[in-house]
Amino acid sequence: MKDEGSNLIHILLLFSSLSLLSIGGGNTVIPEMHRKAVDTYSWMSGNQFADLFAISQAAPGPSILLVTLVGYKAAGIVGAILATVAMILPSGILVYLVSRLWGRSANSPLRLAIERGFAPLTVALVLASGWVMSKAADHDWRAWILTSICTLLCTTTKTNPILIVGGAALIGWLGWV
Amino acid sequence: MRPTSPTTTNSDMNDSTAAKPSLIELALTFNHISLASFGGGLSAWSREVVVVEKKWMSEEEFLSILTMCRILPGANQVNVAIFVGAKFLGWPGAVAAVFGLTFLPAVLILLMGAAYFKYNHIPALQSTLKGAAAGAIALTFSMAFKTGQKCLLGAIPFVLFAATFFLNGILRWPLFGVLALTGPLALLWAWPKSPNK
Repeated sequence: MKDEGSNLIHILLLFSSLSLLSIGGGNTVIPEMHRKAVDTYSWMSGNQFADLFAISQAAPGPSILLVTLVGYKAAGIVGAILATVAMILPSGILVYLVSRLWGRSANSPLRLAIERGFAPLTVALVLASGWVMSKAADHDWRAWILTSICTLLCTTTKTNPILIVGGAALIGWLGWV
Repeated sequence: MRPTSPTTTNSDMNDSTAAKPSLIELALTFNHISLASFGGGLSAWSREVVVVEKKWMSEEEFLSILTMCRILPGANQVNVAIFVGAKFLGWPGAVAAVFGLTFLPAVLILLMGAAYFKYNHIPALQSTLKGAAAGAIALTFSMAFKTGQKCLLGAIPFVLFAATFFLNGILRWPLFGVLALTGPLALLWAWPKSPNK
């Protein structure tokens, strides 16, 4: 491993710039993160990066916590903390400022139009993200049956979602999907 | 079509319908949302808690914030936490919500990462995750159905919905290209007609 001090500086610069570039969500900067972490800084192999990505997708919490793992591999616990904060803070400050504007414009026509007009687009994006997730998870027919049953349960009954996801995880653990 | 919007329930900061949460409640709530999202489906979980359970936001406000949070830089769910936290308690609220959302999951993912680098794989994780992902995808579909029932009333919103899904989900256009096309049309459709306020 290279010396930790310069790694920390690389971590700080890389993730704080990726933070502001991550327009459209954290996943949009993953190709660039991959290029830097694997090719430029040699923090890990391409396979390791792919595995860390899979862990971050499945683990609870925002999937951007991939940067926590990359920072950890590059420079230990300090690297993990630094990477996480550097990834969240710059875009977070920007979003905070926008949210202040949003709060102040409660009755402006633009806000009313966004609230009503964006709703159908959001529903479409949510549906699309479920669809894309199912592609990424390599859904076979058994997984689709499980997904269909869970969707039905969740849409038509008041079952606690924890039970649904927990039950599905149990079925996976038993090796049935 | 839609009930002539009850705009009297002013949804600005002094909203008294939902009790204002404390910093600790914000942190705990987002921690709960975050930990529940094992296998994915974080958007569906935040809606479940923020709109249905806590009633901190109306369905429309939450949906519009969700899309703005996708456009802005940063992870979507971190951005949602900032919006919700800041709405009630300013920047300390935003910090509390983001801390709640990320702290324990970051610890967990570090433990998983450490286990991975030690053993090169995590035993029994793959198959469990496959099941959990099937459940999380179901949650996401179900959120689309539930919210769709409320806002896809009429031909124009439905066409906007279908076009956005087709471009983003099937053709896999980047978000920006999709919204550059359907966003302005949606705003044009939804712009308040008369000076109704």
